[in-house]
Amino acid sequence: MHLPGSQVAIQNYLLVAALLFCMGMLGVLVRRNALVVFMSIELMLNASNLTFLAFARDRLDITGHLAALFVIAVAAAEAAIGLAIVIAVFRNRGTVNVEDIRTMKY
Amino acid sequence: MNLNGQEVVFYLLAGATLGSAALVIAARNPINSAMSLVATFFFLAGLYAQLLAHTIAVLQVLVYAGAIMVLFLFVIMLLSLTDLGEPVRRVTFSRVVGGAAAAGLLMVLVAGVSRWQATSVENLPPGSKAFGTLEAVGGLLYARWILPFEVVSLLLLVAMVGAVVVAKPRI
Repeated sequence: MHLPGSQVAIQNYLLVAALLFCMGMLGVLVRRNALVVFMSIELMLNASNLTFLAFARDRLDITGHLAALFVIAVAAAEAAIGLAIVIAVFRNRGTVNVEDIRTMKY
Repeated sequence: MNLNGQEVVFYLLAGATLGSAALVIAARNPINSAMSLVATFFFLAGLYAQLLAHTIAVLQVLVYAGAIMVLFLFVIMLLSLTDLGEPVRRVTFSRVVGGAAAAGLLMVLVAGVSRWQATSVENLPPGSKAFGTLEAVGGLLYARWILPFEVVSLLLLVAMVGAVVVAKPRI
């Protein structure tokens, strides 16, 4: 089966994914609110998904779609556990600022 | 610069995705971050559809923009964090290092992407179903990838039980 060629170069999708990943990394490293840090992690996971799908389109190999599917499932599990931990920490410490949670640091 | 329709849609979606992603990490109020993240997921679903990944685009809206973001908003409102934003924007050493690390990674990635050659396969391998449809994805998922699929379902069960155990004050 023949597919119409993509009018947009795959490189463009990869560049968008790279920018998105670096924005997520910046959020993880710079923000102090644990919830915003989690949202930045979701951004990074989505950037990896976009890369998987871009390569799947480039090679017309649907296995990349399955990788993206598994990433989405793992992200759902990670969000559930992470937010539960945030709730537990907030209940014990009254804060979600990652700079104030430093018992394990030293 | 001559742009055809698909390119115009791509640049609109890409710009909207990156703009709303920037709002996620720039907004002071976590609620604003969460709503910008929902917008980011919708625009990304558009990009996925442009890459012929229709099934993943639908799952993105259902699971990410739907389920995961409802979880985030529930937690934000449960903790009533609206006034716990970062009041002062201090430039600390760790923030400078973090920004430099992100910029460095971006440079490395851009250099890698610019050296990469696209394969641009245009013909599906013989015998395969239409690309990116639920039929094609499901056919592969429930045949060759059935074991990873079951492991992921087990992972989701463990995460569900674990979230209840961690968040409950006493069991």
